Amino acid sequence: MGTTASQLRKDLLSEYQELTFLTKREIILAHKRFSELLSKEDRNVPTPRVPMEKVLSLPELKSNPFRKRISHVFSTSDMKDGSLTFEDFLDLLSAFSDSATLEIKSHYAFRIFDFDDDGTLDGGDLEKLVNCLTGETDDTRLTTEEMRQLISNILEESDIDKDGTVNLSEFQHVISRSPDFVSSFKIVL
Amino acid sequence: MAHSVNFDLTADHMEAGLESPADEEGVHDSFNQLIEDQRQEALELQELQRDLDEEERDSVAYLSSPGQEIWRGSPGRGEEEGGGQLDPLLEERWSSATLKVLSSMPSRTIGRSRGAIISQYYNRTMKLRRRRQSRPSIKDFSRSARPSIRGYGMETDCMETEGVDEEGRKRDQLVNNLQNLSLSDRVRMLRAMPLSVAEKSELRRLADRKGRRSNHSQIPCCSQLKYHIIIALRHSWYSCLSFLHSLQLWQVALKRVSGRFGTGVLSYFLFVKTLLFFNIFLFLVTGLLLAVPQAVHPPTLTQGHEAFSGLELLTGGGYFSDSVMYYGYYSNSTLSKDCRVTSSSMEQQPSPSVSRRTMETDCGVKPSYNMPLAYFFTIGLAFFITCIILVYSMSKSFGQSFRIDKSHGILAMKVFCSWDFKVIKKTSVKLRSENICIQLRDLQYRSRIPTKDPLLKEASLLALPVVVSLINLLLPGIFNATAWMEEYDSPSVNTYIAISRNLMLKVSVLVVLCFHWLGRIASDPHSIGLQCWESFVGQELYRFLLMDFIFTILDTFFGEFLWRLFSQRVLKRKRKPVFDISRNVLELIYGQTLAWLGVLFTPLLPAVQIIKLLLLFYMKQTSVMMNCQSPRKPYRASQMSTIFITLLCCPSFLGAAVCVSYTMWSIRPSESCGPFRSLSTMFQSGKLWVKELETHNPNLAWLAWAHSYIVENPLFLFLAAGIFLIVIYFNTQVVDGQRKIISLLQEQIENEGEDKKFLITRLQAIHQQKRPLSPRRLTSQASQDSNC
Repeated sequence: MGTTASQLRKDLLSEYQELTFLTKREIILAHKRFSELLSKEDRNVPTPRVPMEKVLSLPELKSNPFRKRISHVFSTSDMKDGSLTFEDFLDLLSAFSDSATLEIKSHYAFRIFDFDDDGTLDGGDLEKLVNCLTGETDDTRLTTEEMRQLISNILEESDIDKDGTVNLSEFQHVISRSPDFVSSFKIVL
Repeated sequence: MAHSVNFDLTADHMEAGLESPADEEGVHDSFNQLIEDQRQEALELQELQRDLDEEERDSVAYLSSPGQEIWRGSPGRGEEEGGGQLDPLLEERWSSATLKVLSSMPSRTIGRSRGAIISQYYNRTMKLRRRRQSRPSIKDFSRSARPSIRGYGMETDCMETEGVDEEGRKRDQLVNNLQNLSLSDRVRMLRAMPLSVAEKSELRRLADRKGRRSNHSQIPCCSQLKYHIIIALRHSWYSCLSFLHSLQLWQVALKRVSGRFGTGVLSYFLFVKTLLFFNIFLFLVTGLLLAVPQAVHPPTLTQGHEAFSGLELLTGGGYFSDSVMYYGYYSNSTLSKDCRVTSSSMEQQPSPSVSRRTMETDCGVKPSYNMPLAYFFTIGLAFFITCIILVYSMSKSFGQSFRIDKSHGILAMKVFCSWDFKVIKKTSVKLRSENICIQLRDLQYRSRIPTKDPLLKEASLLALPVVVSLINLLLPGIFNATAWMEEYDSPSVNTYIAISRNLMLKVSVLVVLCFHWLGRIASDPHSIGLQCWESFVGQELYRFLLMDFIFTILDTFFGEFLWRLFSQRVLKRKRKPVFDISRNVLELIYGQTLAWLGVLFTPLLPAVQIIKLLLLFYMKQTSVMMNCQSPRKPYRASQMSTIFITLLCCPSFLGAAVCVSYTMWSIRPSESCGPFRSLSTMFQSGKLWVKELETHNPNLAWLAWAHSYIVENPLFLFLAAGIFLIVIYFNTQVVDGQRKIISLLQEQIENEGEDKKFLITRLQAIHQQKRPLSPRRLTSQASQDSNC
């Protein structure tokens, strides 16, 4: 399933339209933006991959604190280097699109927040998550004591089976109570 | 490791339905069950560990089995962080094998293992097939957020020994299910799967291929036709959607706004867009169905068309008044198409029958358009459709935003959901991060109530009186300004209207305040933390009275003194400003109402009012002498005084009396303070005393008897009122009678006067007869003597 340098084949376009939540226009725009990210020699490769640094240079992702995790989650590369093919890119846009279901969004949000990729959000994941949320600078970071208290509060609230971690179902249970999640978990090209 | 843990709890625990569970009890019940099972499993795993420790060397091979494509880091975590976890499950030191088992537990793999996802969707498609085929009789317990694990436990354990085959088998089953679904269901299922596009297209290809093979042989030609029609419809629907999306109005601008300000501000702009679409719809409907037909058949104009000048754009009249823009232009008859191009519709039709006949010969069927009918139904239809669209979008939006059980879990919700991915600009991102940090800190330390400066707290109680006094000060000025723009028949009407507006303002302010104090504070004082609400209300009234006084001072200074300076120096008016009598008197009445209201709660409030009035008198006197001129218009003092006294009695005193009576009669006094501490109403004190009187002093028992049978008896009140009314009637009759007597007496005086006139003229006449004899005889004799 390759893409030519300049144009997307019609059958591929309709297939992508059926398999993702994107509209035709969005897929074409995505194709255009993806081609811009490719270097000259990569354009003629059948399934080109864009390295992570280039992906993170997109203005939509540049300032996002979760950009690295997003790249890693959607990347299908064997080397786990966060590089994206065009289809990975479409996956990304589909999960973050307007019409994606809550389930898809919460699934991918869970995977983004799972920093160590072990299938659950444990204390370390939550700590990294809070650090990403509160920013890089020292004065907005929470102190160790505050962090500890915060994490134990979060686990108390959301860990229903009391195994010390938040698994996907518990995460989705928390998410379902917030009506704003769907509208804030969106990236539009 | 063939240890199979039976996770098949009950038949009802089916699906990983991810809708927000309406019935949380069920979810928690299932979790309790699972927790029990997990504890059991933990004990079993401990036994396993001992076995595995021996086998570990041999089982290295299967540990790194590629069967499950689990996207995770290194599995061999030797030690669990002692983060204060509660469950003993985690305090043990697990070996890597156990950890692998733990990490391959269904609850931990559902998010990441492809096999798990495929399995989950296999079950879902199974359910969907069953639902599409027949109505299931078993009630689906689709509220559990756990994936279906019926028989699943066996597969994961076996997966490690059997490798890829198990996943392949699951995939084949899923493909089989997908084939048997209808096309739209298949597309929807595929789309909703959290797999990568490559995997999804593989599944689709398999499903389509198998499906096509079976389809062609089995489906008869009619269903094939239906199949093709459905495909065509689907394609047209997609192209329609694409077209609508490509019309993306303001896409770039919205993205810029959301990138900088986030979803909240964006919602305003999206709302603008929604309103725009509603209006476009309305315009299209009315334009196409009303304006266009009427514009094509313009009616005959009785008067000439006004020329276009620029002012029409502002006033809407002029040139526009005789155009399709307004109702008056539309004809009330059926518009019919005039076939002859040359004949202009400005001329009258000569004779309808002739023209119609000629039209019928010229063109065959004549399209006619009933304008009144069209007008009526177009407007009705437009509103109806708008109503439907609004109700539908409202219910949809409500369904999305309604969430039960919002109260707890706020912290986790904030951490997981608060990041707005739409925000792109770096500075906005930084601002949001800071904001989130502050919010998290606040939520953390929510239990600690910050100590407020007590003086500040006390001073903040003054806020309400200041606001009310400001309203009382500024709004009459606005009323005067509007009165200046309005035209009245006579200046007295002006005065009355000013008074009534001012009065209504003050009455409404007082009513709201009384409702606030008596209705809200008195009914539930503990909700605001008040022990003694009567004292609080008394203090409030004191503050109001005082604020009123302070603002009157300010008003005198600024309103009269400075205004005088301003009008003399700057506006250069010869005469000083006028003292607004009615406004000042109404202020006094307002102050007095407050005093009357407050007497019950603050017995010494009249003393404050005395001091206030004394100071006010001297202040106003000085101000009037210095700043104001004598009024030009004659002031009907006695009539105004009557009005003011009436106002003092009727809304002011009566209102205060009603409030006080209501308080005494119905409101429950505070239990910890005041003279009515233990009573249920203030009025009860009187009743208790009467009862006491009965018991202690039987001589005065008649007083109690009189009280209970006369004062409390409604019949007595009716009788008293009746007698009172009779007396009033009697008096009015007496007054009427006396008026009649006065008029009779006036007549009689007139008649007497006539008599007097008559007698005087007769007297004069007689007098005149007698007197002229003597002087005439003398003169006639004299003349006779002179003549011989």
